[in-house]
Amino acid sequence: MVEDTESRLAGLLRQAIAGDETAYSEFLRRAATFVRAVARRKLGTRAETDAEDIVQETLLAVHLKRHTWRSDQPVLPWLGAITRYKMIDGFRRRGRRIDVDIDDYADIIASPQSETASEKDIRFALDSLAPGQRKVVSAIAIEGRSTQDLAVELGVTETAVRVALHRGLAAIAAKFGPDKS
Amino acid sequence: MKTDDLIRALAADSAPQRAPRVTAALALGLATVIAAAVFFAALGPRPDIDNAAQTIRFLFKFVVTLALGVSAFGVLFRLSIPGASSEHALRLLLIAPVLLAGGVLLELAVTPRTSWEPRLVGTNSMLCMTFIPLIAIGPLIAFLGFLRTTAPTRPMLGGAIAGLVAGGLAATFYAAHCPDDSPLFVAVWYSLAIATLALAGALIGRRCLRW
Repeated sequence: MVEDTESRLAGLLRQAIAGDETAYSEFLRRAATFVRAVARRKLGTRAETDAEDIVQETLLAVHLKRHTWRSDQPVLPWLGAITRYKMIDGFRRRGRRIDVDIDDYADIIASPQSETASEKDIRFALDSLAPGQRKVVSAIAIEGRSTQDLAVELGVTETAVRVALHRGLAAIAAKFGPDKS
Repeated sequence: MKTDDLIRALAADSAPQRAPRVTAALALGLATVIAAAVFFAALGPRPDIDNAAQTIRFLFKFVVTLALGVSAFGVLFRLSIPGASSEHALRLLLIAPVLLAGGVLLELAVTPRTSWEPRLVGTNSMLCMTFIPLIAIGPLIAFLGFLRTTAPTRPMLGGAIAGLVAGGLAATFYAAHCPDDSPLFVAVWYSLAIATLALAGALIGRRCLRW
């Protein structure tokens, strides 16, 4: 069970790094499921909004730090370490201290869960972004537009759209990431 | 934004990223160039370096500082990767202190008690305390910059180790200028200077290396 999840996730991330966007979406969805299970276990099911905050913060961190995974290494310990780090960070910001122990992957992956929280609008607001970045991020994220399509509509190059998207995501990470105090 | 929306945005972002080993190599190269530039501009090797290079005490300084720099660099790299175990690498950090302790014991065994104090005090400990940190500033920034591009899950420890790498590198250059070769001097003053850098790195790391 763990071996299956491990090799499936590693396979998806390897494809993603090679440029397969569909594989990357699937990897991120599975990663979200993993993080959600860990977060709910710690928070209890009543704090679903907080748990989903942590899911989003962790996904963003996984995305921006995906180059630190080496394709010849197992992916679950890597993902587990990022999840643990972002959870402790998230709790610290909310004024709580916790211990996060993510040793038992099999247990976490096997736990059943509902997906309701992912349908809720939560923490990551786009209001703080510069207008250009906000437009690009929301068109791609919420309307599901492609970068190509959007480039034509805005009359700019696709590269410019991709740069705006990347900068927008980095700006969200900086804003919702660790406070600098 | 919903989580599924976020996933769509992340999947569409294919900005290329540099592998940590490439960034680490760049940081090390940059750090060495900066340290060399500061060293040769401000100090340069001691005038009697040819003779000094024939003596075991002079050469032993480089053994210790290089052992520290190399082992700490290994730890630094491990700490930049989430989930990579760094316990084994952390044990390798003991090599330099153990070597130095051995050198100190030998020195105590082969030199008369009355010479211990002048050997320990040396001729210019303040120069050592000034220039090791001064040479190390640029390298420290380079190694902290490397950590910022990666994902250190222990920011304070990462910063401290960045200080050790920078200190080991700076001390390797400074040792070529330093007229004091006794392990007693090295054990006290070099250690103090490098520990200051580790402390500075830890404090900066706590503030600047979280992600």
